[in-house]
Amino acid sequence: MEYLFERCWLIPLFPLVAAGIIAFFKNDRRKGATLLAFFAMALSLILSCLLFFFYLTYPKAHEVNRTLINFSWFTSGHTPEVIGFIIDPLTLMMLLVVTIVSFLVFVYSLGYMHDDSRFVRFFCFLSLFSASMLGLVISNSLLILFMCWELVGLCSYLLIGFWYEKPEAAAAAKKAFIVTRVGDIGFFIGLLLLYHKTGTLLLYGETLPGILSPEVLNSLKTNAITFPFFGGLLLTTIAGALLFFGAMGKSAQFPLHVWLPDAMEGPTPVSALIHAATMVAAGVFLVGRMFPLLEGSGAMPFIAWTGGFTALFAATIAVAQFDIKRVLAYSTISQLGTMMMALGLGGYVAGNFHLMTHAFFKALLFLGSGSVIHGCQGEQHMMKMGGLRKEMPVTFWTYLIGTLALAGIFPLSGFWSKDAILLEAFRQNRSLYWIGTTTAFLTAFYMFRQIFLVFMGEFRGHGKPHESPPTMLWPLRILAILSIFIGLVGMPFLFHNPFHYFLTLEHDVSSPSYFVMLVSSGAAILGILTATLLYGMRPISKEDPLAPVLKGVFRILEKKYYMDEFYEKTFVRLTTSLAHFFKEVDRVLIDGFLQRTGFATLALSQFNQWIDNFFINNGFDKACAGIRGGGGKLSRIQTGRAQDYLFYAAVGAVVLYLLFRAL
Amino acid sequence: MNTIPLTHFLMLAAVLFAIGLYGVLVRKNVVIVLMGIEIMMNSANLNFIAFSKFYSASRVTGQIFTLFGITIAAAEVAVGLALVIAIFRQAKTVEVQEIDTLKG
Repeated sequence: MEYLFERCWLIPLFPLVAAGIIAFFKNDRRKGATLLAFFAMALSLILSCLLFFFYLTYPKAHEVNRTLINFSWFTSGHTPEVIGFIIDPLTLMMLLVVTIVSFLVFVYSLGYMHDDSRFVRFFCFLSLFSASMLGLVISNSLLILFMCWELVGLCSYLLIGFWYEKPEAAAAAKKAFIVTRVGDIGFFIGLLLLYHKTGTLLLYGETLPGILSPEVLNSLKTNAITFPFFGGLLLTTIAGALLFFGAMGKSAQFPLHVWLPDAMEGPTPVSALIHAATMVAAGVFLVGRMFPLLEGSGAMPFIAWTGGFTALFAATIAVAQFDIKRVLAYSTISQLGTMMMALGLGGYVAGNFHLMTHAFFKALLFLGSGSVIHGCQGEQHMMKMGGLRKEMPVTFWTYLIGTLALAGIFPLSGFWSKDAILLEAFRQNRSLYWIGTTTAFLTAFYMFRQIFLVFMGEFRGHGKPHESPPTMLWPLRILAILSIFIGLVGMPFLFHNPFHYFLTLEHDVSSPSYFVMLVSSGAAILGILTATLLYGMRPISKEDPLAPVLKGVFRILEKKYYMDEFYEKTFVRLTTSLAHFFKEVDRVLIDGFLQRTGFATLALSQFNQWIDNFFINNGFDKACAGIRGGGGKLSRIQTGRAQDYLFYAAVGAVVLYLLFRAL
Repeated sequence: MNTIPLTHFLMLAAVLFAIGLYGVLVRKNVVIVLMGIEIMMNSANLNFIAFSKFYSASRVTGQIFTLFGITIAAAEVAVGLALVIAIFRQAKTVEVQEIDTLKG
């Protein structure tokens, strides 16, 4: 069992190798690419399941809930840079979620991407993404975590812009990459701060202390930095807030949420895997991973309020969207906000529980929406759908299950996780509790609005919709089953919440509140009833029936509070004008200087050339000619006649004689 | 008895040397050049004998030198004439001016 645990790094390695090999495949080797990707993903899935079951049956699991594989990566100076992998309940949960959803999305993509010309490349990117995401969840070092964090960001970029011929897709990819990068700056600064203060980026250490070791945490909790306006802030607060910036970017929290709706330009399996189930949950996972650091720090209210606000804010926008995937995207933002709120309120279990259940039912909803889009020949506008329950029964029923789970209807998975969060809020902070309940109402409303617009009534589009192939339907069925039952592991009535025990090794001693359950169920049912009243009673015409009710507000919501326009007018314009300014600076100052330098150099070299030609070459040539001429003249006295030589000798003798006479 | 002074001997030797040198430098026939060399050598021998007569205690040192000189001159004539024949066979001439293969 230890043997298997110490080889946990194989889990991300399989898809990574697969991605590396597929990258060299030619475009027509579909079969090889899919086989390889599936084989690698299946191995990861099996290994994750094995790890999970071994962990559950391991008798010592109740004492050591954490397996570390640490090793020194390199030594800089005399300090070894220790990195490592970790297997703990949080990791195991994420491993299962990521591998299961990845595998199902792989299956689904077989059908969805069947006609795409870049099929092989798609599987390469998808495998790379799975590898990075799995690496992210098992890393025991913020360094590795950050690398994988950026890698999933890169994969997200590549996959959003997968159909890069569409200008919207290319722009959305860039937007996603840049907006998340804004958050990552905070993350990176937080990383540097922690490294500066603790000298390590390891999370849990065996011999060396890691950031989350008790003694290091204590020193972080007692040291403060003084700021001009905020006064003294504890290191945990600063570092926690900075790390949360990264999570805000990745998990699309207000005000960095703008990239996620646009990311829906990517293929739908990508939206399901990356932008619903796994990558966007990485921010929540990061907060969960750093929970010991954040717990009790000043960053917690910030996290809770950001999450709560985002939850409500995004839910209101989702009400007035017409693109089937954008509704789901805003719903994802809203649900991620709910998770953040739970974590910020100290509800470690509740937040992670919702992360897990949400991953399944939101993946189901996205894959279902993909099936709808596939059946309607690429149509995404909900006003041009309708009545699809007859043509697409499997999609309809699974979608309905996903919707009920998201709306939080008893006893589906969403009910239990949402209840856990609301209970946490109810105990800690009443304002956030009511925000959460309102979000629950809105969630139920916009999801049933979608159900009515897409599946009920009469078909309003063109052409004939058709049901999707079995490769797309089976993942839907499996995810539907998971969406129904996965919530039962966190049921407070069953052994005092087994999920709670699994994650924390402590029994949930608090008693469930029937008031909270009833209110949240009531809010959800009220939302469904409102949606039925507005959309289910009369056939839908051109206009959304909600628009006359809300009047101008509907327009604002449809335009997403003009956030994109606001950013366009402020940050984007500022950045572009700055860029233009610096371009001019570049052109005039730098280029001008360079040009002049170049010109001067040219002139100087021409002068040099002239000197060379005139003095050096000419002089040298002259000297050479002189020497040659002299040699030629001198060679005349060498006649080869012995008599001449003897004559010279005689003359020489006479000269010598005369010289000595003179002396 | 001893009436002829040293200077006369030396004058005679110098004249002989000058005649020999003239022959070597000016005459074209290689045999005559060789003869000129012989004359120059004999003038040197004459000097040996003269200095031996006037300054040597035993009066024989110079005469022995002269004997060696005559022997060497004989050998030299033998080698020289052999060279002349070899050159003649090669260049088909005895004119010294014609033989200028040493020219650079």
